[in-house]
Amino acid sequence: MTEAPTTEALIISGLDCFYGEVQVLYGLDLVLYKGEVLCLFGRNGAGKTTTLKAIMGLVPASAGSIQLAGKELTGLPAHEVPKAGVAYVPQGRRLFAEMTVAENIEIGLMARGKGKAVRENVLDLFPLLRQRLRQRSGTLSGGEQQMLAMARALCLEPQVLLLDEPTEGLMPSMIAKIRETVVKLRELGVSTILVEQRVDAVLSVADRVCFIENGRNRETVDVEQLRADPSAVRRYVGVG
Amino acid sequence: MHFGPHLLLAALEGLVTSAVLALTALGLSLVFGVMRVVNVAHGEFFMLGAVLAWAISTAIPGHPTVGFLAALVIAPLIVGAIALVAERLVLRRLNYNPEATIVATIGMLYIIQQLALSFYGPEARPVEPPFSYRILLPWFGYSGYKLSIIAASALLLVLTWLVLTHTKIGLIMRATQYDSETAQAFGIPVDRVYAGVFALGAMLAAIAAVLIVPISQAHYLMGQDPLLLSFIVVIIGGLGSLRGTVVAAVLIGLSDGIISVFFSPTLAKIIATMLVAMVLVFRPQGLFGQASR
Repeated sequence: MTEAPTTEALIISGLDCFYGEVQVLYGLDLVLYKGEVLCLFGRNGAGKTTTLKAIMGLVPASAGSIQLAGKELTGLPAHEVPKAGVAYVPQGRRLFAEMTVAENIEIGLMARGKGKAVRENVLDLFPLLRQRLRQRSGTLSGGEQQMLAMARALCLEPQVLLLDEPTEGLMPSMIAKIRETVVKLRELGVSTILVEQRVDAVLSVADRVCFIENGRNRETVDVEQLRADPSAVRRYVGVG
Repeated sequence: MHFGPHLLLAALEGLVTSAVLALTALGLSLVFGVMRVVNVAHGEFFMLGAVLAWAISTAIPGHPTVGFLAALVIAPLIVGAIALVAERLVLRRLNYNPEATIVATIGMLYIIQQLALSFYGPEARPVEPPFSYRILLPWFGYSGYKLSIIAASALLLVLTWLVLTHTKIGLIMRATQYDSETAQAFGIPVDRVYAGVFALGAMLAAIAAVLIVPISQAHYLMGQDPLLLSFIVVIIGGLGSLRGTVVAAVLIGLSDGIISVFFSPTLAKIIATMLVAMVLVFRPQGLFGQASR
């Protein structure tokens, strides 16, 4: 594990979010430190994906604040958030399936006006995509699609990366590749919030784990602490 | 006239209809494809294009070509600006809700139509063609202007295709069409894309109207037929599909031209409507559309 980081990359405080009339997040507090991997863990419907969407401005915050390195994100139009340095890999990848791999990457590059050098760096991280540039992204395998979703997000050169269940439905070799990439990004100083359902994946890659229940942050623990005493996993998710 | 030349004449007339229809339907298809808005007022943007073409061409003295070319540039720009205002004032406030925007665009249809009636009047008014050259074929002479409509439409369709497939603007429009939420997560200002697409759709209808008005006439009720035919074309071709729109426009235009000449215009409309019904039953996404994801 890396040294305990101290600088806050993202601070969420008192965040309330609604889907229509239904409240999903209740005064959520959360801190992401620079260069750490923070895992959001909880049952389905606990509010993990909504937290990521609220950071991206895709679900409006009705109260509270989200600060990225001191800059307030709430109230920004959703399309301004990636320009501020937050990249999002949504659940189910959400690639532009009719577009080619190259076009998906181009979309990623456009947001912050990144050029060829960034594209090459990202393709170096996922060399397999280099051979598939002209292929329609909807025809890629599940693992390749996940790589492309991550590559597209990394084209923004984000300070904060949001990953929503990136290992869902993938074979072990692909899961290992994604884990390896997350670790590499941490070494590069990228702060990551990872929504993950698999306990082994959480323990192998996260620095801290935040247990979300009914739209609230119930407890945040270091991963070593969780390894020593996994009772929190049983308490909040019912497994482990 | 023998059957062969008669068929050729009918096909040429059908192609002119196809050319105008393809442009008009493309506007409707783009708006639905990108914004998921069924624009019932689309025919009124067509009508406005024709009415403005008359106003501009009569206001500019001199050779008809000058007035026509001015109309071809200015009328679509004015119609695009009106569409932009309508998008800001109406569609955006409704959050582009598919059901609400249908009702709202029906309202826009009547407002635009009645404003045209109030300020332009109930008369049908002609616009002089920019030139009156006739191409002499061995069997009959044919209007050079009508052939130029086909060429202009083909050029604009190719241009639209190039913009959609080979430019950044096209990439942004397609990303918004496929998944507007993810597009926003990659810095695409979806509201602005919607506004631009709505204006572009209206401008395409207006260009089609300016092209056709020298061989028809400008009238405040002239938007109804293009609207109905555009819906037929986009349903058959597949909403949001440029290729489908062009193929369906050629199919409907040619069959309309040929069946109208050899049988009756009513039969042509019956066949087109039956074709729509069959497509809706057997291939609801249209011939070239994507099944909903």
